[in-house]
Amino acid sequence: MSVAAVQKEVHVNAHPSDQLMRAERLPHILCPGCGIGSVIHCYVDAVAASGIPVNRHVCVSGIGCSGRAAGYVNVDSYHTTHGRSVPFALGIAVYNPELHVTVISGDGDLTSIGGNHFIHAARRSVSLLVLCINNFNYGMTGGQAGPTTPLSALSSTTPFGCWERPFNLPHLAHAVGASYVARWTVLHVRQLRNSILRGMQKEGFRFIEILSPCPTGFGRPNDIGDGLMEMQNYLRRCEVRNEPHLHDIDIDLTHADSPIIVGDFVDIDRPSFRPIISGPVPETRPAEAWAMVKATQIKEEPNGK
Amino acid sequence: MVGDHACAEGALAAGLDFYAGYPITPSTEVMEHLADRLPRVGSKFVQMEDEIASIAAIIGASAAGARSMTATSGPGFSLMMENIGLAAMMEVPVVIVDVMRASPSTGLPTSVGQADVLQVRWGSHGDYGIAAYAPCSPQECFDLTIAAFNTANRYRIPTFVMMDEIVGHMTERVVIPDEADLPRMGRPRPETAPGEAPFLPYGLTEGLVPPMAHAGEGYKVHMTGLTHDERGYPLLNAAAHEKLVRRLVDKVRLNADEILRYEEIMVDDADTVVVAFGCTARSARRAVALARADGIKAGLLRPVTLWPFPENRVRRLLQLGNVKKFVVPEINLGQICREVERLTALPVLRINRAGGAMITPEIIVEGIVG
Repeated sequence: MSVAAVQKEVHVNAHPSDQLMRAERLPHILCPGCGIGSVIHCYVDAVAASGIPVNRHVCVSGIGCSGRAAGYVNVDSYHTTHGRSVPFALGIAVYNPELHVTVISGDGDLTSIGGNHFIHAARRSVSLLVLCINNFNYGMTGGQAGPTTPLSALSSTTPFGCWERPFNLPHLAHAVGASYVARWTVLHVRQLRNSILRGMQKEGFRFIEILSPCPTGFGRPNDIGDGLMEMQNYLRRCEVRNEPHLHDIDIDLTHADSPIIVGDFVDIDRPSFRPIISGPVPETRPAEAWAMVKATQIKEEPNGK
Repeated sequence: MVGDHACAEGALAAGLDFYAGYPITPSTEVMEHLADRLPRVGSKFVQMEDEIASIAAIIGASAAGARSMTATSGPGFSLMMENIGLAAMMEVPVVIVDVMRASPSTGLPTSVGQADVLQVRWGSHGDYGIAAYAPCSPQECFDLTIAAFNTANRYRIPTFVMMDEIVGHMTERVVIPDEADLPRMGRPRPETAPGEAPFLPYGLTEGLVPPMAHAGEGYKVHMTGLTHDERGYPLLNAAAHEKLVRRLVDKVRLNADEILRYEEIMVDDADTVVVAFGCTARSARRAVALARADGIKAGLLRPVTLWPFPENRVRRLLQLGNVKKFVVPEINLGQICREVERLTALPVLRINRAGGAMITPEIIVEGIVG
């Protein structure tokens, strides 16, 4: 079949998600086989299903391939500096608590250069839904190692294999105070969409790690093959476990048969951070402050549920 | 009232909605004062994890419609530089207070310096326009913080209040006017309702400053630090970049006369003009009075806005023909003197101290006489 014939065959005039996409910006800049598009689709599906008016959704991203996500979704969207999407989003969410702010960013952006902001926003229980698209490398700059690159993986800055231990992001997010923690891959589109939807309904700092193929930056040097082969890998290796020991769900790529644990890991009630507004009577302040402290006490349950 | 508190009160008078900051000497009193005051007026205060987060948060809040501010000092100011460029590029109004201390690096944390005056103009990478005020008294800390909010909003630029440690920690009487007398300027806003007509976040109907829509209003804006077109969409070519960056610079450059402020004392017949700002201008005032008492025709030009620098005023002084010499005292090793030097072939005497102490009137008198 010729290329022209294929194009003719798949051409459609409208897509159900067009209203929520900046369709005039398509085609996007992402590589063939990249998983970021699937995440964007799951996000806009969840926006549509959330029951929250579209005008109250805000999308913030940082720098890198995943950082471009904000540019394609048709909500108020901000493409910020490298690593700073979380504090930028905090400014929006804290100033206007009516808004539902989602951060879509990559693993390097959020947890390397932005790591400090990440842990503090979670500690504060800032009202943010954070989608971390983890493709195990810095894709935009051409495939360098980052804090999620698995041990022994090859990249342009680890030509002899990565010898740093990577982050276990769900474990980290839980430890620093997230009210909701999940991990899926871009193969799990229904689970991911439902997870995002659940995240939109909750208060506090909600975190979803999304494993995504990067055939250009990560797949090629590590002999994973194209995006489809990585998806087949997910199909073969992923194991849904909703109550795992979070310290035990590192992603190990050195053993081809070791499972990748995915699922909804943590779902606890934790009120969103709100700055104290005391009103004009200062004497009431200490009591109100104490009431807020009490309100943010969480019922600790090991590993969530 | 102490200068740092006057600055905080000025921000409140300007309608401060959101403050994010990180403690650092000698600006901490701005933050402490606001921690106590903001909750009482229904505005929001957040202590952030660092200065990078502080400025990112105030840009985000401003994008959602807040009048937002942060305050810092040298080391924190350096950390903010990247996001100052983001605010300039996204055209999100923010006010940043920098209480200057002796630097570089940790320097003398509790002592005075005036060495951030080129950093504030050129600190973030690339070309962009900003405005920076340099108060020389607690009263001006109050007044110029309000002015900074108005300028930030009017031109959608990051605007700075460049105090120094002496001014920030100086206690003087501050007169706070009635609220009705306070000048409050908003940002240019869209004229059409959301959805009524296609809204271009960076579209211009007149002037150089596009109207600003806020998050949550329904305009579905996109803002990015990338070079962008009128829709805010990335457009990565030289022509788009030339157009955008020139406008970012021109909206300050071509409106400089509207923004700039200066104070003059006895310059009309002066043969020696002292150019000084901040706490050094206070010594310079005294030095000019001492020189005049000795029959020396000295005058003072005090830039109240460091940026834009009152360069046309210097040019007009030169046209008067009386001036034979400039004297530029500042607590750094030669920064704002360059602005004078590039405007004249006349002698420009630099009086510099690295920081840690004020330059005394006597030293400036020596410069005027010598």
